[in-house]
Amino acid sequence: MYAQLVETGVKRVKDLAEMTPEERAFQERIDAEIKIEPKNWMPDAYRQTLIRQISQHAHSEIVGMLPEGNWLTRAPTLKRKLQLMAKIQDEAGHGMYLYSAMETLGADRDTEIAKLHSGRAKYSSIFNYPTLNWADMGAVGWLVDGAAIVNQVVLQRTSYGPYARAMIRICKEESFHQRQGYEILLTMMRHGTQAQQDMVQDAINRLWWPALMMFGPSDADSPNSAQSLAWKIKRMGNDELRQRFIDQTVPQLEFLGCTAPDPDLKWSAARGHYDFGQIDWQEFYEVLKGNGPCNRERITTRRKALEDGQWVREAAVAHAAKRQQKQSTA
Amino acid sequence: MTDHHQDLSEYLLRLADNAMISGQRLCQWCGHAPALEEEMALLNVGLDLFGQARNWYEYAAELLADGRDADQLAFRRDERAFRNTLLVEQPNGDYAVTTAKLFLFDAWHFHTLSALSASSDARIAAIAAKGLKEVTYHLRRSGEWIERLGDGTEESHRRMLAANDELWRFTGDLLAGDEIQQRLARTGIAADSAVVAAAWQATVEQLFERASLPVPPPANYLYLDGKQGLHTEHLGILLAEMQFLQRAYPDATW
Repeated sequence: MYAQLVETGVKRVKDLAEMTPEERAFQERIDAEIKIEPKNWMPDAYRQTLIRQISQHAHSEIVGMLPEGNWLTRAPTLKRKLQLMAKIQDEAGHGMYLYSAMETLGADRDTEIAKLHSGRAKYSSIFNYPTLNWADMGAVGWLVDGAAIVNQVVLQRTSYGPYARAMIRICKEESFHQRQGYEILLTMMRHGTQAQQDMVQDAINRLWWPALMMFGPSDADSPNSAQSLAWKIKRMGNDELRQRFIDQTVPQLEFLGCTAPDPDLKWSAARGHYDFGQIDWQEFYEVLKGNGPCNRERITTRRKALEDGQWVREAAVAHAAKRQQKQSTA
Repeated sequence: MTDHHQDLSEYLLRLADNAMISGQRLCQWCGHAPALEEEMALLNVGLDLFGQARNWYEYAAELLADGRDADQLAFRRDERAFRNTLLVEQPNGDYAVTTAKLFLFDAWHFHTLSALSASSDARIAAIAAKGLKEVTYHLRRSGEWIERLGDGTEESHRRMLAANDELWRFTGDLLAGDEIQQRLARTGIAADSAVVAAAWQATVEQLFERASLPVPPPANYLYLDGKQGLHTEHLGILLAEMQFLQRAYPDATW
């Protein structure tokens, strides 16, 4: 999930009898699965929750360019280089698409980006892990985009229309990236040397748990989930999505001929699901707080890009004004 | 290999290396561009250039017929074997340097591919015609930025002047032809370097005037020659980074 912990600011979900007529009409519309559109009335907390979630999602796309960008200059073949460039370009596009969706709620892109750069807005914890070998490009595509897709496929039915439509478009491209990522790993496992196979297993060992953390805290520790589910911003609980991801990913892992760094991972015939080990929640919350391996580098890079580029943006604005003036006097 | 094939593969490597080294510099911008729109545009241009490089390398590999494929031509040659022009290997600098570098190259690339899309070699004509559509966009884009920065704020104007001052000395190498190119040009295969140079000059003068930038006099000879594999000190480091995996794991399949 690219927005794994979103405050709703709501302590308790109201029932219909407690609501104002406006709130009740809104909730009935939600319950009837009619999409909320930008000009419709909506509770302020719904608006703010969505701004937080969509901006987190957008920030994640943009910060998520960095771990992959780290290997862009070192991609090993022309084909892999072209694939990676296309993928990162798509991510920039997804970010812009999501910022547009967010702006339909009355939020301002620059303001929300400033919050990201000052540490007041979050992005997905996964992008705070370093990419240390080429197999990470495959593992990010397969596991990270895979986790994102499991989440985003469900969000195609989220109650806010512009967000749902963004998810439909984004999922199409993400699925393509995920298959490419898996193909990178499969090539290295099937046709690669021992050193390459070791890279693949090493990448999986490092990214497996961080990918599972993308679904956010366990439902029991997710106080915001109830309201987000009632508003149908979220459509499924964190644990359910995480389980779905594991169930579909373990067979792919086995097909690769790799293992997960989880001794407790095993099929449970009784549940019809894979059982898996305990996530290190302390690590999760620390990374989210800014104390992960790359948090500082990621934000510094983004902030520096914006600061270094300020004179460029100012020049573009000044030139546009001059051009407009020329046109109006001509 | 016949002398003609040798000339032709040499010429194709120049086209390929120019596109690829230019694209590699653009990869270094990823995550650092001044706006999200520019992140997309720079990657977009870089992607086009790598695609073109691959097409040229594949043709060169067929002519060379020495067992090397496009990837080996890209990732296993040393800097003395690289044939790109000095301009494209220069560091990115600030956005003015990158913009000037792109524009000066795009203008040359546009006129070169325009000529090559009428090449008597059908394969060259086809690759050039496809590339020309992309480079037409590149030139429009970099030209617009030359205008914005040249005729934007005082600071952007100052930075554009500094960028041109930094890069202009490499335009001599960019425009210079040689015996190989002229032999191929006489049979209608390659672009005539003098024709390209004249068209380039007109494009640059026109844009610089619109951007309120002076056009410097022709660059002095620099005693280096990218076409002969005589590069600046920047290329070796660029290749060390780009070729690392292929060099470290020569038996690997990626």
